[in-house]
Amino acid sequence: MLHEILIAGFGGQGVMSMGMLLAYAGMTEGLKTSWMPSYGPEMRGGTANCSVVIASDAIGSPLVTEPSGLVVMNLPSLEKFERKVKPGGLMVINSSLVKKKASRDDIEVLYVPANDIADELGNPRVANMVALGAFVAKLRPVKLDSVKASLKKVLPERRHDLIPLNERALDRGAGLVD
Amino acid sequence: MKQVFKRPQALSDTVMHYCPGCTHGIVHRLVAEAIDELGILDRTIGVASVGCSVLAYEYFECDFQEAAHGRAPAVATGIKRVLPDRVVFTYQGDGDLASIGTAEIIHAATRGEKITVIFINNAIYGMTGGQMAPTTLLGQKTTTTPRGRLAEYHGQPIRICEMIKELDGAAYVTRVASNSPRNIAVAKRAIRKAFQVQLLGLGLSLVEVLSTCPTNWGLTPVESMKWLEEKMMPHYPLGEFKSPGEVK
Amino acid sequence: MLGELLLMKGNEAVAEAAIRAGCRHFFGYPITPQNELPEYMARRLPEVGGVFVQAESEVAAINMVYGAAGAGARVMTSSSSPGISLKQEGISYLAASELPCLIVNMMRGGPGLGGIQPAQSDYFQATKGGGHGDYHLIVFGPESVQEMVDLTPLAFDLADRYRNPAMILGDGILGQMMEPVELSEMLDVQLPPKEWATTGRSGGRRHVVSSLYLDSSELEKLNKRLQDKYLEIMRTEQRWESLDVEGAEVVLVAYGTTARVVKSAMNLAREEGIRVGLIRPITLWPFPTKAFESLEDVGRFLVVEMSSGQMVEDVRLVVNGRWPVSFYGRTGGVVPDPKDILARIRELARGGGTR
Repeated sequence: MLHEILIAGFGGQGVMSMGMLLAYAGMTEGLKTSWMPSYGPEMRGGTANCSVVIASDAIGSPLVTEPSGLVVMNLPSLEKFERKVKPGGLMVINSSLVKKKASRDDIEVLYVPANDIADELGNPRVANMVALGAFVAKLRPVKLDSVKASLKKVLPERRHDLIPLNERALDRGAGLVD
Repeated sequence: MKQVFKRPQALSDTVMHYCPGCTHGIVHRLVAEAIDELGILDRTIGVASVGCSVLAYEYFECDFQEAAHGRAPAVATGIKRVLPDRVVFTYQGDGDLASIGTAEIIHAATRGEKITVIFINNAIYGMTGGQMAPTTLLGQKTTTTPRGRLAEYHGQPIRICEMIKELDGAAYVTRVASNSPRNIAVAKRAIRKAFQVQLLGLGLSLVEVLSTCPTNWGLTPVESMKWLEEKMMPHYPLGEFKSPGEVK
Repeated sequence: MLGELLLMKGNEAVAEAAIRAGCRHFFGYPITPQNELPEYMARRLPEVGGVFVQAESEVAAINMVYGAAGAGARVMTSSSSPGISLKQEGISYLAASELPCLIVNMMRGGPGLGGIQPAQSDYFQATKGGGHGDYHLIVFGPESVQEMVDLTPLAFDLADRYRNPAMILGDGILGQMMEPVELSEMLDVQLPPKEWATTGRSGGRRHVVSSLYLDSSELEKLNKRLQDKYLEIMRTEQRWESLDVEGAEVVLVAYGTTARVVKSAMNLAREEGIRVGLIRPITLWPFPTKAFESLEDVGRFLVVEMSSGQMVEDVRLVVNGRWPVSFYGRTGGVVPDPKDILARIRELARGGGTR
């Protein structure tokens, strides 16, 4: 089993913690996992992405260049990474912010109105959890429960009051996938 | 028979390598006397620098580290942060402190490192053979200012005390001279006070000592004392630039 | 005894491992991609009675390390390539004065200001001396966050045992990535007695830490002593990992992050029926020559690095013409792709390829 995942968006959308939750969940399931952020000036330039590898065997490069699973939270990320997805891979698009459709027909694409659902839940900041819930439900690199259990490890303590909301957002996202 | 003069305990019984008329030996003795009087020999660690005083560790009886050129205040910081109850001093020349080591002295002072800095200013590079120092006076001839130092070509001589005194972490900043019995007595009190400031944990203490270099100045020892007074003192006025009230 | 599994960034994990190994003094200066290490120290050291100083420069930081090491402390600094270049003078003084300390280099692409992405182009600098004079650091090239954590106390211990600076040579990936890691408990470290340290005479003999020897024969004596020490280290401290080397058509040689990528490429090669092996140096100095000494049934070597070819020179020295040695490298912060390495393996397994 090998999942090479790339999560991309702009700073403040919570893409780093999406990746950390996946890596943490993988670890608690006894899998090999790694998380690797984009770093340097581009972080402050607005776009951010992280690579997550979840595998049953030792992980080679933690840097994902051809993802088997991609989450794009904004338009520049779609334009930058869509062509890199492995044929047969999965791409989740935050359709609240990305109005463009995918151009690939050799990958599976899931449109998730993450910000709209987050707004319904009363906090636009959990859009990332909506997208992550859908991604996890579709790709199943880890169990959704493991992701939920990782919230208190990944979120800073001052945000722990938001854990129930984050769980609801994960569920709403997962609910979009049958 | 009553003994009226002896070598300070903190000074080792070693023949110094300094040239005739050089005042390093005098300043070494003043530092050693201050260490003796304060009774801190067993808990003092000196930091020697690069220049004529590179072998200072041979002449003192306390523990010593020899630092890279200009880095003595950083080395002293490392020692003091590990051993905050010890007394740490650097002994640096003008090339070491005022040229290659400006960043280290400024930031050690800014951090208020509780160390004592003995700064020997003789307006020239001694060990390397008489090149221009950052403190070389305008008009002064050296091997790298063969026509005399020109402000527009070589830049102006730097005044360290005037600069360091502005830094909040510097507690005691003074300039003294080693050219006359009277000035040497003042220098002695200043060095002792600098150590006391450290013992009270008040911040960085710096004593600049105007010194001679007859060999590279091309003067006799007696002429050098006069040159120091007539040429150096107008540009580098003596006195306390900053002094805490806690120590007299 | 190991604690719970944590997901930690390499930079932070090394910092915590150092603290648990008894390091209480850190002197550093910011540079990407290692900033989380000093930041972690700034937060954590005061909690355990330690001291963190952000120096005015890398030059000052390494000289603070010199002062602290000379005063007998277990002390470290960290930086990345351009900053490590600035520290070289101080490192030479540390080696000459035989002061133990740990230096971490999370390498980034060079030369010059270069980039901030991972590279391995400081291998020469790390293993051949780096500063002026004849000296060596004890250099470790970990491949994972866990191994970095495991090597940190060893690096401190060997530094003390041999009175020699040690270096962990990581890179931007190892510093930035998070991996599950098990940390040891906080060790109750009893540092070996350091009779030579300048701690104030306290009534005893006075001590001097210096690397100045104006008498040539005295300086030669120091050099001989250092060289004897280095020989001893070369004899006893080589560490490496060997995988399926005997009978391999192609034996890969790689360290650090690159070794991980090479392992992925090897899996691909095995699926194609190619017999591949790996020698992964864990100590880069001393270079693990012993890993090569008793080999018999080997086709050829392929060295992979994130550089233009540095460690490959050590491989060629030890292989000494017995087998062909080829090289594949990426530079500037580009991480090699397993598929590109596979392509080289295929070529070599078919008996082709150029040196």
